[in-house]
Amino acid sequence: MKNQIIEILNGIRPEFDFGTETNFISQGMLDSFDLITLVTELDEAFGISIDGTDILPENFESVDAIEALLKKNGAQ
Amino acid sequence: MKINFSNKKITGMLSILPSNEVMFEDEMHNYSFSEAKSLKLKAAMGFKSKRVVAEESTTSFDLTVAGLDYLFENDLLDKSSIDAILFVSQSPEFIMPPTSNLLHGKYGLEERVFCMDINQGCAGFVVGLQQAFMLLNNEGINKVVLCNADVLSPKVSKFDRNSNPLIGDAAAITIIENTSDNTTIVGEIRMDGSGAMALNIPAGGARMPVTEETSELYEDTFGNKRSKNHLVMQGDNVFNFVQTKVPEQIKNIVDNSDDSVESIDYFLFHQPNRFMLQKLADKIGVSREKLPFNVVENFGNSSGVTIPVVTTYNLGEQLETSELKVCFSGFGVGLTWGTIIMKLGNLNFCRLIYK
Repeated sequence: MKNQIIEILNGIRPEFDFGTETNFISQGMLDSFDLITLVTELDEAFGISIDGTDILPENFESVDAIEALLKKNGAQ
Repeated sequence: MKINFSNKKITGMLSILPSNEVMFEDEMHNYSFSEAKSLKLKAAMGFKSKRVVAEESTTSFDLTVAGLDYLFENDLLDKSSIDAILFVSQSPEFIMPPTSNLLHGKYGLEERVFCMDINQGCAGFVVGLQQAFMLLNNEGINKVVLCNADVLSPKVSKFDRNSNPLIGDAAAITIIENTSDNTTIVGEIRMDGSGAMALNIPAGGARMPVTEETSELYEDTFGNKRSKNHLVMQGDNVFNFVQTKVPEQIKNIVDNSDDSVESIDYFLFHQPNRFMLQKLADKIGVSREKLPFNVVENFGNSSGVTIPVVTTYNLGEQLETSELKVCFSGFGVGLTWGTIIMKLGNLNFCRLIYK
């Protein structure tokens, strides 16, 4: 799951190394428009719909946080 | 505030859109985005084209007049039958007098006809509808003409990727009447003024009049350029407010009525963008087919006018010949969120025209 998340992140902002970095939002690696694209692509890739109330910056700060978010929303 | 009415119905809906169409790609170069990123955002948010007035001298009043002229000329509305006019807008003709009084004067309506302007945004249709129902409880008021109109495109910076791709202009006229039919209308409107500045236009009112200084463009931390005369939207805060409050409100209304989410044929919501509406549909637990989200991509977000636009565009012919149970919901500026569940159909007219 982690590799797939990194692949999607790299597709959105190829200038950053999401495999080694953290604090994606705090560091400005992802802005709110990136989050919309990211959620749309994660929903599609994992066949889920991330709950709208879970779309909060803290849930997208790292690959681990995104993985936890996906599992919470039913991703296998 | 709870909404609970009977023996009232909507008998006609008309949307008026500017004939001028602007494509997303035409303005994409104004934003501080790469082309690839803009195109990804276009797909997620549903940006394609929007309808905006061709000249800034065209106002909300002008679009409303085009609609009323159409109704009078086509014998769809009789002037002498009007008992009240409500004009809901954030872009009135003047600070003083009310635009509803200008409409009264233009058409030479009788002195007994009541006029009122309401300053409301994204929830403006639901608030206007609730006010119309309340007016109909008064003696001598049997037909209310609800005018929702907003021309906000001149108030949005062309260099603001938060707002410019989605804002459109439109007007709508809805006729609401008393009926002997045993109709049931339920709903609720709630407000949270602590979030009032989440959507605002800083300059132009008494607190900050428009000056040369307020007209200067500044750049925000995301690279958007706008002046203090332009609309500012805290998109993240608005998104979270909508995702939390709207599903909660609909659940409360349904739980306290004889309705169920399954018994509602269509969820006709304010149209901020495709992404937000798809997430709302999933959260409420209804299929995306029952919650149309195609207004931003075809016309733009015209604030309080989007509910009539989504209705007339998607269900116009159907609602002239049959009846559906619908859930209207408007949310945004204020912060205000309001929902009304009622039957809608067999309308005298339900259509969309271009001016």
